[in-house]
Amino acid sequence: MLERSLVAIVPFIIVLTICAVFLGRYLARVFQGQHTFLTPLVGGIERGLLHIFGVRQDEEQTWKQYAISLLLFNALGLCFLFILQLVQQWLPGNPQHLGAVRLDTAFNAAVSFMTNTNWQSYSGETTMSYLTQMLGMTVQNFLSAATGISVAIALIRGFVRRSTNSIGCFWVDLTRALVYVLLPMALVLSLVLVSQGTVQTLRPTVALTTLEGQVQRIAVGPAASQVAIKHVGTNGGGFFNANAAHPFESPNPFTDLLLVFSLLLIPAALPFTFGEMLGDRKQGTALFLAMLIMFSIGLGISLHYELAGNPALAQAGVAGGVNMEGKEQRFGPIMSTLFAQSTTVTSTGAVDSMHDSFTPIPGLIMVFNMTVGEVIFGGVGVGLVGMLLYVVLTLFIVGLMIGRTPEYLGKKLEPREMLMAVVGLLGPPIAMLLMAGLAFSIPSAVASAANTGSHGMTEIIYACASAAGNNGSAFVGLNANTPFYNVGLALLMLVGRFATILPGLAIAGSVAAKKRVQSGVTFSTTSTLFVFMLIFVVTIVGGLTYFSPLVLGPLLEFLKLR
Amino acid sequence: MRKKGMLDPSVVSKAVGGAFQKLDPRTLWRNPVMFVVEFGSIITTVFAVMSAFQHTGFWFNLQISLWLWFTVLFANFAEALAEGRGKAQADSLKKTRNEAVANRLRSDGTTETVAAIDLVKGDTVVVSDNETIPSDGEIVQGVALVDESAITGESAPVIRESGGDRTGVTGGTRVLSGTIHLRITANMGDTFLDQMIAMVESSSRRKTPNEVALGILLIGLTALFIVVTITLRAFAGYMSVTVAVPVLVALLVCLMPTTIGGLLPAIGIAGMDRLIEHNVIALSGRAVEASGDVSVVLLDKTGTITLGNRMATEFLPAEGVTEHQLMDSSVLASLADDTPEGRSIVTLAKQKLGIRGRDIRAPQGSTFVPFTAETRMSGIDYGDQHIRKGAVDAIEQWVEENGGQFPDTVHALVDGVARQGETPLVVSDGALVMGVIRLKDILKQDIKERLGQLHVFGIKSVMITGDNPLTAAAIAAEAGIDDFVAQARPETKLDLIRRYQANGSMVAMIGDGTNDAPALAQADVGVAMNAGTQSAREAANLVDLDSNPTKLLDIVEIGKQILITRGSLTTFSIANDVAKYFAIIPAIFAAKYPQLAMLNVMHLHSPASAILSAVIFNAVIIPSLIPLAMRGVQYHPSSANALLWRNLTIYGAGGLALPFVGIRLIDVLLVAIRVVR
Repeated sequence: MLERSLVAIVPFIIVLTICAVFLGRYLARVFQGQHTFLTPLVGGIERGLLHIFGVRQDEEQTWKQYAISLLLFNALGLCFLFILQLVQQWLPGNPQHLGAVRLDTAFNAAVSFMTNTNWQSYSGETTMSYLTQMLGMTVQNFLSAATGISVAIALIRGFVRRSTNSIGCFWVDLTRALVYVLLPMALVLSLVLVSQGTVQTLRPTVALTTLEGQVQRIAVGPAASQVAIKHVGTNGGGFFNANAAHPFESPNPFTDLLLVFSLLLIPAALPFTFGEMLGDRKQGTALFLAMLIMFSIGLGISLHYELAGNPALAQAGVAGGVNMEGKEQRFGPIMSTLFAQSTTVTSTGAVDSMHDSFTPIPGLIMVFNMTVGEVIFGGVGVGLVGMLLYVVLTLFIVGLMIGRTPEYLGKKLEPREMLMAVVGLLGPPIAMLLMAGLAFSIPSAVASAANTGSHGMTEIIYACASAAGNNGSAFVGLNANTPFYNVGLALLMLVGRFATILPGLAIAGSVAAKKRVQSGVTFSTTSTLFVFMLIFVVTIVGGLTYFSPLVLGPLLEFLKLR
Repeated sequence: MRKKGMLDPSVVSKAVGGAFQKLDPRTLWRNPVMFVVEFGSIITTVFAVMSAFQHTGFWFNLQISLWLWFTVLFANFAEALAEGRGKAQADSLKKTRNEAVANRLRSDGTTETVAAIDLVKGDTVVVSDNETIPSDGEIVQGVALVDESAITGESAPVIRESGGDRTGVTGGTRVLSGTIHLRITANMGDTFLDQMIAMVESSSRRKTPNEVALGILLIGLTALFIVVTITLRAFAGYMSVTVAVPVLVALLVCLMPTTIGGLLPAIGIAGMDRLIEHNVIALSGRAVEASGDVSVVLLDKTGTITLGNRMATEFLPAEGVTEHQLMDSSVLASLADDTPEGRSIVTLAKQKLGIRGRDIRAPQGSTFVPFTAETRMSGIDYGDQHIRKGAVDAIEQWVEENGGQFPDTVHALVDGVARQGETPLVVSDGALVMGVIRLKDILKQDIKERLGQLHVFGIKSVMITGDNPLTAAAIAAEAGIDDFVAQARPETKLDLIRRYQANGSMVAMIGDGTNDAPALAQADVGVAMNAGTQSAREAANLVDLDSNPTKLLDIVEIGKQILITRGSLTTFSIANDVAKYFAIIPAIFAAKYPQLAMLNVMHLHSPASAILSAVIFNAVIIPSLIPLAMRGVQYHPSSANALLWRNLTIYGAGGLALPFVGIRLIDVLLVAIRVVR
């Protein structure tokens, strides 16, 4: 069975890699302001938008200006989305006549979509009006993804440039990410989805008469457009509560595979963009390989346990075999596991199966993917930023061990870079542990979990990891639509998002100002040894941080099941 | 400076006292990791005292508390020991100097006796036979034989004189003979010795950027593990397990990077100490670490690569002249030539002719013609013979003036010698050209080998010389130098350094003269010879007491060693955590969840013995690694990958494996001696 899954997965990974390489090079051209095949089509829109903002194409900002622009822009988006939910009952585009969203839920949702998390403590089709979904959620899906890409590009520029204090212009990067990357990709994807049967309509519901003669109302809506961007932009917030498991979102196995592909594409392409902009493609390849290896190992382990099925069932005399609980018959365990692995490593959070129903070890892998900071491909842009923070940490240790002042790409890594890497890498885990610890200390918060013991532990840990990693997927089983979780997880999302972005930008600023040091004998950051060192550092940081909750949650559950 | 052994009893006993003194939180906060451990020790001690009244777990809590206190003490001891070694020497030196008196020169020319500590910069003092030099200074008048053994350990006295590049003297050294006038160049507190002492005292030592960066990482990890342990109580509570506070503190201390945190100050101090052992004084710790990154080294040809003088190696007679005749003329022309070149001609001729002793004398009635800048020849006149030797164009002119013809064959000889990068000297008797003497630069012993080591480090060596390019190229090739700058002027060095730096290179340079000072200041690592001028010493960030230019290699090695030791122990410290988790987590939870007993891979006897063993291992690993921290991790020049593999294997893989073995052994021992049940 495991061999059979390879038949599907190996070609998938090969195609993904090839597409990522080309997309990576395309992105490099876009953000360096070079001519691309889309320039004749969208160049005018880009210039028009920049003109409206009053920004020149060659404008430059320091890292602080860049960060302030970004924060202002995100704060505006947050406020807009928050208010929109509170007044949706008075606005058009609300055929279902949904009322104002509850205050804590609205705050959580606004933060969630602004931070590219798309954690949904509510049920989409019965809470948000179409206008809110399209003007609020979908717009933020684009903007948060574009923000992430901008940060990655700014950090890449920091390493490329020398002896300068500018790292590009946020408004230019944001505009380019939107018009050259996200909008075209989402457009193409949504057309393909519609061709496969994904719903795209402004009608509220479809009424039909069942065989028993009952009238059933089925929720429909403008789904395809939101589904497309939620994957391309690693957002993950479904139009329907069942997310990509819903036939109106993903009608068939082909669309399922396509959705997995599209959520991995930009995060997998950005390392290649990094290599391309540096003029040293091997550097990007090395980072990509580190991500791919971690992705594959996690996937392999998960597949093994999913295909082996649930030992408790086998012991009970029920037909053994694969674990089908919580999975769509249309997709099966291999596709579902691939989807689960991909959605948790990329901070997407869309699901095509119920993660709660996976066997414990795949559950552990999923939590691990999120808790290491979403750097195995990771969210669009921020995944690469997070991985570069790990690179800083790795090379600091490596530099010391070979007796040199640590450096990366000729940029010396000094206390400032270290401070930022530590804040970016350890800040979110610290916040996540504090939130989880708090949740376990409050009886009502504990009661929100559907299960007790190890499985309940995993449910709460998963929710916190999902928020801190800006993933947004839920383990299900936890009713998080309570003021405590809504506010707590929203704060966690903010920490997870900006404790990566701001240190990333600060490092961009400080390395851009440095000259590039030429060194004689130095450690090659394109070597196999580097790739494995990086993997090791990511693993050990994650492992040491989450040892106890992972042991008490999924591991203990696994041991009990045996 | 010669050191006392690491385990010198007086140093050790002082260090033990120091370990307790350093428990003071007001000084300990400088080491945040140990500060937290001390705080944890206080908490567990309070719990131990409380449990004494409640009659539950007193013995266990007491032992945990004791070992936590030991952890702090061991770390303090390491730091105190490292400080003590350097300080012991410096203190005795400081004492002799502070007791010294100085004869200060008044403006009217008379002298007054003042205490050395009252001297200020700009004072002039007079130092005579057998007096101690009161402070750092520059000789403005006179010449003296100085015994510098107090700082360099070198027993042979050295000559220091006013003018030129040998004017600097150091406070604490002694004039053996001669009287000098000394202008004081440093206030008390800023002298060489003070700086030296400051580098080995942790309280006054400024942390290097690498240390600061590592410190940030350690603080970050400490904060993370504090949160990890605090939240563990909540996780455990949810799983219906109560974790006692001393156990949590024990887990925290085990997870925190105490090994590297405890040894970090010692590593830096011991590194400075090792430099002093190599007779190098670092005026900034930063420069020592930067020396590990150097990618280009500028070396003066003279004195660094070559012995400083050219030597005659061959006589090449002109057509119709025998070698013997040429030697005769050459010797006569060089008899009165006191330059090293001149002496080497006589020596070579003596060797070839088999003459010993001083049996060559100038003929009666001869007159010497000394070298002048105008004639650029030297020689001897006697009777009707006018023998001259000099550069080819000078002799050519001389021959033509005497109505002769400079033969083409000699031109060919001259070109041949010059093409090999050596210096031809032409000898002529009147209008008759006798032949050519080959003068060769002699490389210093084992310089080629040492430059080869630079290559292994990946450091490019650049030679600076005033010679013509041909000569320079030949020497560079012979010595294995990567690049050279010929016909260099004093300002060439500064330009060159700037050019390399603009390309992103880190440049080291060694210099001694006043005109080296700007270049020394510009270089990332500037090494001044102790014998050099005061301005050179002030511009540099390292001073080599032996005035041995190849010392840079030792500095590079020590710089790298300090970093490697820090990196390796950090890796070791973090790798240790895995085993400690496997000791403590099952100990906490296996009673309630027997399934987790499978995590007890070390098969530790009981929860109490497991936790105690982990804490004891964590404590005793610090003193066990003190020798390593002091000596530095072994370092052989090799490629970065090879070095990394080696250190990863020993300290990474070793750091993972060792505690599994160590904790198990301690557990067995604890059970055997019935300390725990």
